[in-house]
Parts: sequence; C-alpha cells; structure tokens
Amino acid sequence: MFLNFLTIEFESNMSVISIFFTALFYISLIAFLIGMARKIYQFWITPAPLKIPTAPTPLTQTGVVMRMMREVVLFESLFKSNKWIWLFGWLFHIGLLLVLIRHIRYFWLGDLPSIFLLTQPFKYAAFAMVIGLVGLMLRRIFVERIRYISAPSDYLMLIMLLIIGISGAVMTFTSNHTDIIMVKEFASGLVSFNWANLPTEVHFLVHIFLVFVLMAIFPISKLLHVPGIFFSPTRNQVDDARSKRHISPWALKQEQEHATRLEQTLGKDE
Amino acid sequence: MAKEFDIPVLPTYLEIPELKEGIMDGEGPFKSVQEFQNPLGFPGKKVDNWQQVAIDKIGELKSKYRSVQVFLDSCVKCGACTDKCHYFLGSSDPKNMPVARQDLFRSVYRRHFTFAGKYFPKLVGAKELDDDMLDDWYNYFHQCSQCRRCSVFCPYGIDTAEISMAAREVLDAVGIGQKYCNQILGKALTIGNNLGLPEPALRDTLLDLEEEIEEETGGVAVKYPLDQKGAEILLITPSADFFAEPHIDGLIGYGKVFHQDGVSWTLSSYASEGANFGMFIGSYDVMRKAALRIRKAALDLEVSRVMVGECGHAWRVAYSFWNTLSGVGAGATDEFAQKLQDQLDHRYPQPQHIIEYTHDLIQRGKLAFDKSANDDRTVTFHDSCNVARATNMGGIPDGQFILPRDVIKAVCNNYVDMERSTIKEVTFCCGGGGGLLTDDLMEIRVKGAVPRMQALKVVEKDNGVNTLAAICAICKSQFSKVLPKFDFDPYMIVSVHQLVSEAIIMDKPQTDTDDVTSVETSET
Repeated sequence: MFLNFLTIEFESNMSVISIFFTALFYISLIAFLIGMARKIYQFWITPAPLKIPTAPTPLTQTGVVMRMMREVVLFESLFKSNKWIWLFGWLFHIGLLLVLIRHIRYFWLGDLPSIFLLTQPFKYAAFAMVIGLVGLMLRRIFVERIRYISAPSDYLMLIMLLIIGISGAVMTFTSNHTDIIMVKEFASGLVSFNWANLPTEVHFLVHIFLVFVLMAIFPISKLLHVPGIFFSPTRNQVDDARSKRHISPWALKQEQEHATRLEQTLGKDE
Repeated sequence: MAKEFDIPVLPTYLEIPELKEGIMDGEGPFKSVQEFQNPLGFPGKKVDNWQQVAIDKIGELKSKYRSVQVFLDSCVKCGACTDKCHYFLGSSDPKNMPVARQDLFRSVYRRHFTFAGKYFPKLVGAKELDDDMLDDWYNYFHQCSQCRRCSVFCPYGIDTAEISMAAREVLDAVGIGQKYCNQILGKALTIGNNLGLPEPALRDTLLDLEEEIEEETGGVAVKYPLDQKGAEILLITPSADFFAEPHIDGLIGYGKVFHQDGVSWTLSSYASEGANFGMFIGSYDVMRKAALRIRKAALDLEVSRVMVGECGHAWRVAYSFWNTLSGVGAGATDEFAQKLQDQLDHRYPQPQHIIEYTHDLIQRGKLAFDKSANDDRTVTFHDSCNVARATNMGGIPDGQFILPRDVIKAVCNNYVDMERSTIKEVTFCCGGGGGLLTDDLMEIRVKGAVPRMQALKVVEKDNGVNTLAAICAICKSQFSKVLPKFDFDPYMIVSVHQLVSEAIIMDKPQTDTDDVTSVETSET
C-alpha cells in the first residue's frame, strides 16, 4: 500500500484509509447504539396518558400483536392509503432487509455455515431496493403534494440510500468487483477487534462511508420511524378502556393529590 | 372576520385538488378574552415572554404524552396522509394536509429539541416560533376537527388530532385561546352544560317535552325525570338534545325507549352535558374537571348505570377516557371512584351508549316497531368520526359500525350505505367537529363538508336517499347548516333515535309506580 508509511505503530500494516474507516465504524456504531438507547428509553418512559387506539381497534393483546405484525411486515395502513407509496416503500424495505441478511456473511467469524447458501439469491434484492427508492424519489419530485412537504433532508436521505444501493449493486453485478476476501477480513475484523485493511475501490469506500453515516444519524433523523412504530399509541394499545383502567403516573399523582390547576378557580374535585 | 367565499361545486367524483397555497390563510376563529381564559387557568391575553412559555410548554407536553413525542419523531414525509383530510380535499390549502399541519408544530419542535434542527435547521425544515408561525398555528390548528382520519392511513399511526390538541394547549398557555371552546367550557364547568341552561330552564324544557309527547302519542306519559335520586340509569347527553333541531327528536326517542323498557332513569341538572370540549382544547385538566361533574352526579343520584346519548366526542371521552379521568368504568382506586364501583351494576358495560342499550332491547325482543312509519325515508348513516375511529360499541370488533346500522335497519325498511371509502373507520368528518362548530369558521366548515356531501349526493342520485342519520350532536348541527348550501334538504339530517321514535310501538301499560317502588327498595 502506498500509504503504508503513515500507518500507526500498533497496527503496523494498516493504511490511513483503513484506520479512518475502522474508527468511523466504531464512532458511528457508538453514536447509533447510544442514540437509539436514549431515544428508546425516552419513548419508553414517556407515558401515554389516554387510550387512543385508532380503528379498526384490536380488543385483545393478541389482536395488538397481530396488528403490529401486519403493520411492520406488510405495511397494512400504507397499503390502505396509497398503493404506489406502498409498492415502492415495501419493495425498498424488503429489498433492504434481504440485502442486510446477505451481508451477515461479511461479519461472520470463521467459515460460513452452509445455511448461507440459501441467502445467495438475496443479492437480487438490491434491484427491489433500488427500484423502490427510485419510485419514492420520483414521487417526491413529481407529486406536488409530496414535493410541498419535503425538506432537503428528505431528498438527501433517499440519495444516500440510492448511492448505497447502486454502489453495492455495481460491485455485485458488474465487473467492478471488489476484493471480497479483504472485505470479509475487514468486516469480521471489526467484530473481533482484529482490524484489517479494506479494499480501496472508490465505490466500496463510498458504499461503506454512507452506511456508517446513516448508522450515526439514525437516532437523530426520521429513521426513528423504526422504533417509533412500536411505541405508537394509536397502534399498540388494546381497546379495553371500559373494562381496564389505564392511567399514567403523572395523572395518578395529580388525582391522588387533588392537584388540578383548575381548583384555584373552579373548586376542588368532589 | 367571516369573509365572503364561494360555495364549492360538488364534483361527480372526489378528486385530489391541486395545491392552492394560502387560500385558507386568515386570522382564525374569534379569540378568547380574559373572562373566559382565566377560569380555565389560562392567561387572559398573549403573555410577554410567549415564545419561551410556548417552547417550555412543548417540552412539557412531549414529556407527558408519548403520542406527541413519538409522532413528532417518526414522520418520514411519505405523503400517505396528504390526500386524506376533508379540509384539504375541500379547500386545496396545502397546510390542511395532515403532515403539513403537523409540520407547523414539528418544525418548531425540531428547531428547539433536536440536534439536526438546532445545527442544520434549513436541512431538516426546522423553523423558529415567530409571530407568523404563531398566527399559522392559531389559524390552521383551528382548521382541524381532530377526526383522526389521517391516523388510519399513516403507516406509523401518527394522529394529527394529538398534535392539534397539543398545539391548542400551547396556544392557551401563551394566552391565545379560542373564544368558542373556552367560553363554552366556562359554562359547562360552572352551570353544568355548554348552553348555560340553568336547572329551572332545563326542568321547564323537559316538562314541555313531556306534554308534547303526550299530545303526539295520544296520552302516553313519557317522562323526562330530572335529578331523580335512586333512578337506575343516569343519562348524560349533549345539551343540544334539549332544544336544538333535529337533536330533540332524538331525545324524544331515548325517552320512548326508556318508557317501553320500563326502566327508571334520570337526567342531572348538575351534569347536564355530554359534550366535553376539554378534549378539543387538548387540556387533560379541563377534560377531567368536566368528567368529574358526571361522576359526582352519578354518586349524588345513586344511579347504578351511566349512559351516554348521541354525541360523537362525548362517547369518545366517555368510552375511552372516563375510566382514566374519573373512574367511571372499572379499576380506579380513589375514594370516590371506589364508591362508584360499589354503586354501579357491573352486569352492564359502564358507561354504556344509548345505541348499545336500544340495540340490546331490540335483540331481546323488548321493543316492537312499525317499520312502515319510516317508509317515506331512504336512510343512510353518517359514521361520526369520534365514534367510528376512537370507540367501540357492544364489545365486538367493529361494533361501533354494526350496532347503529342494526338499530336503523330494525326501524326502517330502506337503508343504503354510502361509498365504502367514506364510511366506517375511514368516514369523512361532517366538517364541524373538534371545536369548529362556530359561525366564524363557516368557510372551512362548508369546504370541509365537501367529501361527505359528495358521497351523499351519489346515494341521493343512485338510491333515492332522503335521510341522513347520525349519532352526534355536532354532526347534526353542522349538517343542518351546510346541507342547504349543497342543495340538500336541511331536514334530511336526523338522529338515529328519531327514526326509532317514529317507528316504536308504545304499547307499554302505564306502570310508573312499579319502577319507583323497586328503586326505593333497592336504595337501602
């Protein structure tokens, strides 16, 4: 490597680029984990003081689980709403999921179990992902209503994901392959703290750079819809308000202390 | 303030309009004044450090309401909701698209509470809460009827009603309240109903009603008891039922059903209001205060059942919130709620909707009808938004759609549903809900009625529908006003219990005395 003269002592054979990306990975990962933990904690501790499930409401806990499954797996509400957004959105998400599953092989330590053969065809999911993203992008640009509600970050997010998808597909499906053995050594090295050099083809570097950035901004962006859906009171509540009392800690405290603000002007309760 | 506007022409098919920016710009509804603000605990006029107060209030609300926090963070601007709001469909103003309405709030949230909004405001569309933004808040959060249709379609269930309520709470906190809601709340919390109808006036009205019914039925003494201690059922109904048309015909229907069942029941002069505008202004405290009046009435009158009349958001508050707010239901632990638990008859759902009650009597064959009395009508049912999307009836899935239709079909021979995409859980709001039922908001009320009116026009043309039934006081008032603007007969809007009233056979022997004795024995 031509940059070898810059390498630091403790990993004498690592290039500056490799060090940069290794560091970026851990920084992004920490930002992701801490940010998500904080956000999920915030969602968790914020009470939902009132029962507000939206029809069609499940009357049992099992019903809620089924509803949530349909939302998360099939995007049920989105399907009801708009078939085009549903189609593109679902294609993108299912594509991304399959592609991510296929990526596990790079982080796997040691020889791959044969089960990974089954994930081989998932590489074609990249097309679903890109088609979905292109569809969403076209709608954002050309549908007047969606253009109106879009901020620069909404486009940027799609562009980043598109570049990630396309650069990945380019490496997989064109002659611009990258050194897959090196990728695996680099990626599994990140898991085992046995750091290694990464390939320096531009599309690979762009690919992982954007993935790391996306990981870092996950907890401070609209990507929070991922944990958000599980905490959404209109979707995760059982419709049983009459038979089971639902009350938040702050409301209970207020009730016990007879502490509504209105007592100064309108008299005490009861 | 009420500017001139053209009545929209109903389209053959409901189309998604092209955006017309700023078309619904304006000053919003009349603003509240000190005399209405202070009793509710709100400042009488815009406070000096309003920006700070508002930001602090946003911070407080997002820590008290998971809905607010999660909904502000989760929106991806996918656009699924953009064509779902009746006010957008009727007005074309882009700020009436649910996501754009929320973004008035979300952009301020991002500016003050998120990393990206603090350091890269332009990138993520974060904005300062300045005078213009505050004006937009007041105007556009009073063009939302909190009907929750958008929430049905949102992939994350984001409910603009929650954001609207939060925004109105922030506005109240800085001293900019809406006159209509806050004035009414003052009456409800001091006199007992939204109309400010004191006990003697209410008693007179009910006596007149009794006479009227006796005359109409040829001598059947249907009673409207007020403050009758020891009655089995306490009926909490919107005060509009006491005098407004067509509401009062619904009240006549309730009375006839009670009479035929032979049950003892009563109204309360202390809690003579089913509507709870505390929900519209988003205030938990105010909503609870109003709900507590009902608990007090139930305790004082020693009733064993609490029942709610035809009112959309009243049923939402009763069904979904009462148990939380005041323990009318099961499981509350404070002293008064405990006392109420002991007093209530747990064989019945508490609270119960009048439709559930009538439906049950019909199921058990306790009521007889002459359906031909409604043969001059071809009826369709307008699902009121709060009933449809925020409550249930009968404890069965979709009961809130099934029961009212069952009742109508039991008393009418001709029933037709409107187009599926405009009813049940995706019903269109009447256009007057959520605290918008005031003349100073007539333009948005008329425009917001367009989707419902269009669906009604189709069944009028195709099926000869001439009657629109509803179970919400606001829907009934709103439709009476807007129907003629779209060339409908204003009298085509009726209560479901008006249809019941017209068909019910009043063959019950007069046995009032039995009821009173049975109550007296159970009182010990």
